[in-house]
Amino acid sequence: MSDIFVVIEHRLGELREISLQMLTKADELAQSMSAGVTAVLLAGAEDGFEDQIAARADRLIVCRHDRLKNYDSDWSTELLSRMLAEHRPFLTLIGHTPWGLDLAPALAVRTGWPLATDCLEIAVTDRRPEVIRQIYGGKMFARVHLLGTPGYLLTVRPGAFPAEQIQRGPAHVINLEVPADLAPSRREVLEYVDSSAGEVDITQAELLVSIGRGVGDEENILLVKELADLMGGTLSCSRPVVDKHWLPKAHQVGTSGKSVKPKVYLALGISGAFQHLAGITGAGLVIAVNKDEKAPIFRAADYGAAADLFEVVEALKEKLKG
Amino acid sequence: MNIVVCVKRVPITQEVDLEIDAGGKDVKKDALPFTINEWDNYALEEAVLLKERLGGTVTVVTVGGEDDEEVLRRAQAMGADRAIRVSSEGLELDPFGLAKVLAQVVRELDYDLILTGVQAEDDNYGLVGVMLAEHLGLPHAAVVTAIEPEGPTARIKVELEGGLDEISRINLPALLTIQTGINEPRYVSVMAVRKARKKELEVRAVNSLGLDPKELSPRIMTWELLPPPDTGGAVMLTGDPPQIADQIIRIVRETGVNL
Repeated sequence: MSDIFVVIEHRLGELREISLQMLTKADELAQSMSAGVTAVLLAGAEDGFEDQIAARADRLIVCRHDRLKNYDSDWSTELLSRMLAEHRPFLTLIGHTPWGLDLAPALAVRTGWPLATDCLEIAVTDRRPEVIRQIYGGKMFARVHLLGTPGYLLTVRPGAFPAEQIQRGPAHVINLEVPADLAPSRREVLEYVDSSAGEVDITQAELLVSIGRGVGDEENILLVKELADLMGGTLSCSRPVVDKHWLPKAHQVGTSGKSVKPKVYLALGISGAFQHLAGITGAGLVIAVNKDEKAPIFRAADYGAAADLFEVVEALKEKLKG
Repeated sequence: MNIVVCVKRVPITQEVDLEIDAGGKDVKKDALPFTINEWDNYALEEAVLLKERLGGTVTVVTVGGEDDEEVLRRAQAMGADRAIRVSSEGLELDPFGLAKVLAQVVRELDYDLILTGVQAEDDNYGLVGVMLAEHLGLPHAAVVTAIEPEGPTARIKVELEGGLDEISRINLPALLTIQTGINEPRYVSVMAVRKARKKELEVRAVNSLGLDPKELSPRIMTWELLPPPDTGGAVMLTGDPPQIADQIIRIVRETGVNL
């Protein structure tokens, strides 16, 4: 049977949004090629996600074990590669998340099937998937073909597709036992910790003055901090600033930092990697200043200025002081 | 602790206006400067830091042409003991092929740990590291932001989303893909790179590795490049900086935010 598999992702007892987004896209693709949708859930004994998934798939394969309460690198790879070998789905969707990045390439080697990552658009023509993804940090888009095999693997960018109510199912539930011959995991999770806790809470700010790689030097941060104070705003930043240890992680906006929802987000010297843009979808208004007029941030901003951020910062300070 | 680091040389594209080349499948690169992939630079620094602390060796490997030796020289200047370039001249390798080639070379080396970047700046696939781990039968972790070796295992930190980290223990030898920010990569002077040119650099031909060329044929290929869609773009503010500042202040005030 021609089938689309969706690998369900959940974390600390919560179904992740990407799972519903992938089920929505799978539904659309399945309709266009009269295929079925199978959701695959590896979960802990107590986790109950079935209700949210059952109406969105034709089949639900569930494998429960305490070890699967959260992502387990070895077990997930082994269990899923066995399932794929047995069912040979035409297409398998996995989230383009840290766990997806850990899992999908390993599955591609085990199955021998082609894998394209971070897909923004997926189409199937003549029983072959064709995807669109970004390269060069979002400065260019690429249409990518996957070469002919029995199966294909794709990782899907979170937020690329909406999570909609769909009418499928109720799914036929298949419960699988963890096979007795499964080798012990070579990587054991000890704990989960929140590394973004800090004195600043950027999620509650009305105005965020945010800096990126373009700030250039640690000393320059002070210049922008002065502007943030003058404007009554809070200083935040993109990843490169935290990577360089110029600001603590509590200031970081984006996928691996915080999602923010200020009335105004003033982005200074931020190029606009998708991980950053994912953190500002809740912002009321985005104003971006960047020297590079082709920076992806200008595609996400409401207003933009292709200018030197320091000149604009100094001009703003003068006017606000004056 | 013996560590292997796999690195890639990539074009620098920040603040550059990229153009699609005549073939339509890549960007024009002839005028672009190149450097080591940012993620790989963090991986290399981490390897050198571990070596400085615990002893052992660092071996750096790349697949590419002669131009790519530049990143190996830079790695030697940073503290790598051994450098290997697998000459790929004339061969189009996708991430699947690349991982196969690397596996064939790394298999022969002595290692406790293999480090790669999470992904490359140019194609952003994020595949080679974990695929290499699978070919070598090693445990792996993607997106690692801390490594603390503890005997036959290592305690690692894996970056998840939303500020959450996973603390794990992984059996060694292992392959870890390294996230930016794990350390502060050292400055490498031009002089130091020049001096490193005197060191030995091993070159292996890809067709000497005993791989069936069919195994290396691409499974994914870029069909065409598309410029980014400009739909939904920003309204661009023009004028000199004071004029831009005036407009920004007006726009912010219109939202009801007090300045």
